[in-house]
Amino acid sequence: MRFWKNSKQAAWLWGILAGIVFLGIGVAEGQFAVIWRKATMICMECIGIG
Amino acid sequence: MRRLRLIVQIVFTVLTNGYAYGFASGRIYQGKLKYACVPGLNCYSCPGAAASCPMGALQALLNQKGFHIPFAALGFFFLFGSLLGRFVCGWLCPFGLVQDLLHRIPVFRKRKNLPLHRILKYGKYVVLFGLVGVGSLFLFGGFAKAPAFCKYLCPSGTLFGAIPLLGKNEALRGQIGWLFLWKLGILLFIVILSVKVYRPFCQYLCPLGAIYGWFNRFSLVRIQWEEETCISCGACEKACPVGLSLQEISRSPECIRCGRCVENCPKKCLRFIVGN
Repeated sequence: MRFWKNSKQAAWLWGILAGIVFLGIGVAEGQFAVIWRKATMICMECIGIG
Repeated sequence: MRRLRLIVQIVFTVLTNGYAYGFASGRIYQGKLKYACVPGLNCYSCPGAAASCPMGALQALLNQKGFHIPFAALGFFFLFGSLLGRFVCGWLCPFGLVQDLLHRIPVFRKRKNLPLHRILKYGKYVVLFGLVGVGSLFLFGGFAKAPAFCKYLCPSGTLFGAIPLLGKNEALRGQIGWLFLWKLGILLFIVILSVKVYRPFCQYLCPLGAIYGWFNRFSLVRIQWEEETCISCGACEKACPVGLSLQEISRSPECIRCGRCVENCPKKCLRFIVGN
């Protein structure tokens, strides 16, 4: 019960941990390369041309 | 507090868009910092952008062939959201700064919200699920998927990306068509509306705000209300630029943690806290 109460109070900590895990999976799946490729070329859609 | 927030907004905008050579040459930064995302809505096609836009990153991952859970983008959302919630919107978003500055222009009688606010505030969730989610996965692009939010709505891309790039790049200027005019129209509409209404894009359309709003109730940085010392004078509610009630301040997904309530509380029973 006490653990559960403490867990709820520290929900932000669980959120940060989840974020780190997701980032780790993203690295493993090569998703950062996808982001980098998109971000380093002019995004024609973003500027309203593509 | 108000001045401090303005300084933080300006410094963060300059830091995250500080690639001056890009503005001078009409090119964009292509270094390794673009592997990472900034917390706010900051178009990665802005010539000065030093890192990636989280909403652009999410759509880039959804636009891949087949379906992949966009873990990298989710990681940034959970990290920034759990730490800051919509503090990001109030203090760190460049497009939020633009709207704040526009709202300071002393013309029109100012409004906190649009009429039908109770319904319109859900617009950002429609944009998130419709344009960013379903739009990026299935619609608009036919067989070649497209980042539908960036393509059809995002005014940050037009302001920070398109205008500086088109100003310096004649080849791009030659390709302007109806899509650019549509996006320019949206930008102009939001610019004019921002002079009258406080942050209309953040309140009604921003999918990033919809995401960070979910984290508001448990993020590390929050606004705490000490009920025992409160005299219910209503100063905080009067000062709140988005028209929240005392009970809603900080916990509501609409609270951008600008700190006006904290600044205006005569009994200092509202304050920023970090942690529990």
